[in-house]
Amino acid sequence: MRPIVEAVGVVKQVRSDGRDLIIVDNVTLSVFPGESVAIVGVSGSGKSTLLGLLAGLDTPSRGSVFLDGDELTALDEDGRAAVRARAVGFVFQSFQLLPALTAVENVMLPLELAGASNARKSAEMMLERVGLSHRLTHYPRQLSGGEQQRVAIARAFVTKPKLLLADEPTGNLDAATGLRIVELMFELNREQGATLLLVTHDEAISRRCHRTLRLASGSLVAEEPA
Amino acid sequence: MKDLLLGVRLLWRMLRAGELTLLAVALALAVASMATVALFTDRTRLALEQEANRLLGADLVFTSSQPVDPALADGARARGLQAISTLAFRSMVIDAKASLLSEITSVDPGYPLRGTTRISLDRGEQDRIPEAIPEPGSVWGDERLLGQMGLRVGDRVTIGNRDFLLAGLLTQDPSLTLSVLGMGPRILMARADVASTGLVGPGSRVVHRLLVAGDREVVAAYRTWAEARLPPGTRLEGVRDARPEIQSALERAERFMSLAALTAVALATVAVMLAGRRFHERQLDVCAMLRCLGVSQWRVFRLQFVQLLGVGIIASVLGSLLGLASQAVLGHWLSTVIGISLPQPSSDAAVRASGLGLALLLSFGLPPLLALRKISALRVLRHEIGPPGAAGAAAYVLGAGCVALLVLWHSGDLRLGAYVLAGSVVTLTIAAGLTWLCLRVLSTTGGSGVSWRYGIASLRRRPAGTIWQVVALSLGLTAVLTLTLIRSDLLRAWEGNLPADAPNRFLINIQPDQAQEVAELLRSRLGNAPTFYPMVRGRLVGINDNPVDPATYPEDRARRLVEREFNMSWTDIVPAHNRITAGAWGSQGSALSVEEGIARTLGIRLGDRLTYDVAGQRFTAEVTSLRKVEWDSFRVNFFVIATPTLLRDYPATFITSFHLPVGSTEAMNELVKRFPTLVVIDVASLVGQVQAMIEQVSRAVTFIFVFTVAAGLLVLYAGIVATHDERVREVAIMRTLGANRRQVLRAHAAEFGIIGALTGLFSAAAATALGYAVALNLLGLPYRADPMVWALGLLVGILGVVSAGMFFTRRVLATPPLTSLRQLG
Repeated sequence: MRPIVEAVGVVKQVRSDGRDLIIVDNVTLSVFPGESVAIVGVSGSGKSTLLGLLAGLDTPSRGSVFLDGDELTALDEDGRAAVRARAVGFVFQSFQLLPALTAVENVMLPLELAGASNARKSAEMMLERVGLSHRLTHYPRQLSGGEQQRVAIARAFVTKPKLLLADEPTGNLDAATGLRIVELMFELNREQGATLLLVTHDEAISRRCHRTLRLASGSLVAEEPA
Repeated sequence: MKDLLLGVRLLWRMLRAGELTLLAVALALAVASMATVALFTDRTRLALEQEANRLLGADLVFTSSQPVDPALADGARARGLQAISTLAFRSMVIDAKASLLSEITSVDPGYPLRGTTRISLDRGEQDRIPEAIPEPGSVWGDERLLGQMGLRVGDRVTIGNRDFLLAGLLTQDPSLTLSVLGMGPRILMARADVASTGLVGPGSRVVHRLLVAGDREVVAAYRTWAEARLPPGTRLEGVRDARPEIQSALERAERFMSLAALTAVALATVAVMLAGRRFHERQLDVCAMLRCLGVSQWRVFRLQFVQLLGVGIIASVLGSLLGLASQAVLGHWLSTVIGISLPQPSSDAAVRASGLGLALLLSFGLPPLLALRKISALRVLRHEIGPPGAAGAAAYVLGAGCVALLVLWHSGDLRLGAYVLAGSVVTLTIAAGLTWLCLRVLSTTGGSGVSWRYGIASLRRRPAGTIWQVVALSLGLTAVLTLTLIRSDLLRAWEGNLPADAPNRFLINIQPDQAQEVAELLRSRLGNAPTFYPMVRGRLVGINDNPVDPATYPEDRARRLVEREFNMSWTDIVPAHNRITAGAWGSQGSALSVEEGIARTLGIRLGDRLTYDVAGQRFTAEVTSLRKVEWDSFRVNFFVIATPTLLRDYPATFITSFHLPVGSTEAMNELVKRFPTLVVIDVASLVGQVQAMIEQVSRAVTFIFVFTVAAGLLVLYAGIVATHDERVREVAIMRTLGANRRQVLRAHAAEFGIIGALTGLFSAAAATALGYAVALNLLGLPYRADPMVWALGLLVGILGVVSAGMFFTRRVLATPPLTSLRQLG
């Protein structure tokens, strides 16, 4: 089976204070369709940078990244954006909802951008699925952290992406709420048969994944099956 | 198309959520203030022009010794303009006891086209505006005629072959303007009656006039048309040509109004710039999210552009409507206060203001938007990634260039536009540099107290933001202060020119042996005797031994000046209201002093030897000084003043001017009775009209000033709101860390106080420099350095910024820290 995400010898190097700093060091990995994979590591280990590289939000200094059959490293910014639009959904630590849009409009946005005809209905159904049918017209500032993250999850899944990338999805939430959010993400992942790649430092979450990739100082140090 | 619809949907959502409110309000107010000022100055300008035209009785006057070419009247009527003729000539007016040479003006029905004539039924009686011109068989005579001939309204007089009923005492007549010092009593009669007098035939000395009035633009077009086909010997004048003092008052007022309008544009620019900056900062996350969701760069741009354009159009339309409404209210109020109705404004000022507003928004909004599309999608993971830097800076330079062109275009006056632009650029550059320097210096000085240190640290932490704020606020405050300075200069200059006790009567034809008695009578009735000037009539016949030939002067005015005799005087001291501008006053020997305007017109220079013909005798003398004369002072003025040695022995009469208080007509009547040969010229109505006009201009100027202050407040608001989010976060963190309310407040006060003080200092300095340049070079006003501007600048800067800043931060303080942090993510 062809991997949906593949990184080959990926290096990310930046200049800081006049010297080169290697943030991601020669990472090679593959994630297959339907898998759930956690990238874990301490703060500053390069987890989020790696996620950004795998999503094509950033470009590696060396090495190649393949996403849904396309070599991201061979594409320009707009080419990478097109791949994201086609195959990827995102969930972020800080939710990243647009403050001017209501809950339902935030969920509608990716559908509208894709030119879907029944964006509102699909978005409403998705919000109902995450338990927020009573919050459709609320603005992000009127929602609790857990509710905001559920809206973000609805937005990520509404386009039925092949790959869901999550960056510390419970990082801003209390333990109980975080747990419910993780439950929801895994449920939707199963329902839609999507691939889940998430960055976390929460071992409890990583244990629910098929595999865990451990990162230390930018290098993959261990791969542990669940 | 798909993106257009989506963009519009996003626009609606952003508007509804209040994301675009500041930008929309800033732009709408900017457009409204530009439109109000433009419309109002437009209307005031039209009203002033019309008021001035009242002094002339028409918008345009053709004058000729031959009947005015009928094609000119036909051309006017064909354009929908009013055109009537008048005919003036001199004749003896006779009754049973006396006869007097008078100037008779015969007019068509409809006279005057602008302004009014006024008549009363007896001397000292309340006058009124007549419904029409004198009826056939009747005439109106002025005070001189009635006084000198001892006539009363209702008497009969003979003019030429016909008897007329003296039906009214003429107290005001616009045609007076055309010959303020035209001698002799005046009579107004219907044109239809002229033939029956038998006085006008071929070869008679008459003055034909064609009076034209109507819609301003049509008149302007007609004037161009008429000037091209003006027959030789026909003169065409508007009020500016006829009355130099009106010309200079109008020009200054217009310049000032343009300056006020440009100030409104400058303030609007700053407000839009600041609001636009905040808009772009808020859009960073939106664009990053869109990029993350897989939207291409150009599509991000298109979606954002639709929103920017949309908010621009909505705000511009609302702004121009607001402008129309507010200027209508202002205009109504002004017309009830000063009792003249303002002419309707041309609506294109409103359209132009919205176009300008939109152009401003795009100039500042579009370039950063082009940069914004390149925002890294990685910002969704790493929030510290800012906007693409260098491209943004270049974009602002481009935007500023566009704004500069817009300002020049809007000013309609390249010199004025250039002054305002140069002033703005210099202010901006110096303020930015000095702010940067101050921030460095402030950080090295220790300072006491946590709040003070925090305030300075807060400024230092975002140097770009601080500089932006100081620069923008300085530009706004500079504009307001400059206008304040210029305004008081302008009002002072006008008030100085025409005090309330400006002379309103001229006494001429005072015989040397009467002078003493007349002076005593005036002193006993008015409290003091005015200065009497001897007057000799002479004609210029030679300059430096070359005979003067009228034909060699290309200018009409110059030709008229050398064709006729004009009044000269002699004295050994410089008249109080004259100022020597070149050479030295000669009190001994033979020397001449010439008014600088006429010297320029006739090509006379210091040191030239002029030859005059006085009553058939010639004398030659050297020009030793040039003088500046205040023509709008209504005092006795002479083009040429000689040393006593030169003119003392020629036959002379005396002339004087003085202020006759209201209700003192008895003194005048007594004077006229005792000295029947005296000629009293009443310029009270003319003086009154000039004063009323100046009054109107100053009121208009005050109104416009109020608007620029309003625009300045908006700039302040936009400037403080621009850093609102950051401040909310900081306050939340400070309070989380245990800072109490007072510490936070004091830290903010320190921060705003420094911004305010810098703003005040820079603005005062810039306004002083700009005020100096504009007053001296553009308005021709003497400049008086006003130290108050520094106090005012500092006071307004510190108080304004601190109080507005504190007002907004109070809301921040009232929000629980956790709520603030959560809202901002």
